[in-house]
Amino acid sequence: MKKSAIHTAFLDTIPVLTGYVFLGFGFGILLHQSGYGVLWAAAMSLFIYAGSMQYVAVSLLAGGAGLLTAALTTVVVNARHLFYGISMVDAYKDAGRKKPYMIFALTDETYSLVSRNQVPEGMERHTYCFLVSLFDQIYWVAGSVLGSLAGTLLPINYEGIEFVLTALFVTIFVEQWLSTRNHVPAVIGVAATVVCLLVFGRDVFLIPSMVLIAVLLTITQKTGRRESHG
Amino acid sequence: MDKLHAALLIAVVALVTAALRFLPFLIFGQNKKTPPLVTYLGQVLPYAIMGMLVVYCLKDITLSAAPFGIPEAVGCAIVVLLHVWKRNTLLSIGVGTVCYMLLVQFVF
Repeated sequence: MKKSAIHTAFLDTIPVLTGYVFLGFGFGILLHQSGYGVLWAAAMSLFIYAGSMQYVAVSLLAGGAGLLTAALTTVVVNARHLFYGISMVDAYKDAGRKKPYMIFALTDETYSLVSRNQVPEGMERHTYCFLVSLFDQIYWVAGSVLGSLAGTLLPINYEGIEFVLTALFVTIFVEQWLSTRNHVPAVIGVAATVVCLLVFGRDVFLIPSMVLIAVLLTITQKTGRRESHG
Repeated sequence: MDKLHAALLIAVVALVTAALRFLPFLIFGQNKKTPPLVTYLGQVLPYAIMGMLVVYCLKDITLSAAPFGIPEAVGCAIVVLLHVWKRNTLLSIGVGTVCYMLLVQFVF
């Protein structure tokens, strides 16, 4: 029973394995170029464990950002995790001792696996979700360490490697676009952010963008409801 | 940046990230009902946030000076077309990134 849980969790996480090794690799290289070696890469992937935020953290480190800026930037970039948590509150309710780690490790990719309702038959859901979370972080740490070492061992020109993060977000954006018929939230997200970027400038536009997006989504929900009633 | 400040910065990022992940479980963890607006935002926000993050990644482009954001535009177009065609995440990211690296290193 335990063995089959491990087997199933591994098979289900193979797409994350490839993605995380690649993304972690890019992160390790970038961090290495900023002057922080393999121990820093491993520590960040162990303790922060948030893919996009770790890329942003590299630019914070490189730019000599203050602690308050770092905290606010983290809130803005990772605020979406609040919503992953909200949708997993019931599912993780009785997870016991595994629960703190499962919450800590709830990344975008892990969420995409554990939020599915179909858990393999005859398997304890919490054990399955715990193993998926653990395997994903192992891939991420391994990718980061490999990337950091590659920066030392394979000194080719990595200029432009930071585009891996843009490519990741564009890919998820397209995937989401193709998987739903309601494109209003996606359009609001892009349009509100572009407007705030033009109005507030590139240093402080993220928080106004979040506020504007939340307001616009709330308004469109209300009009949608009124239409369905009338 | 000295190493102590770097370590503190990483600790701050780690703590805030964990706080954001734990907060919903602390607020809605017991038998309280999740408010409908929060449930609704939980459904639609991921789509909007991903759009926001794409724009965030492209914020440093300058359209009025060389290379006018052309490498980014080409890279993004490759990712979009490849992903609509094959729906393979790793392929889209890998090919898009390598093309972008070749563009900024050898063309622009």
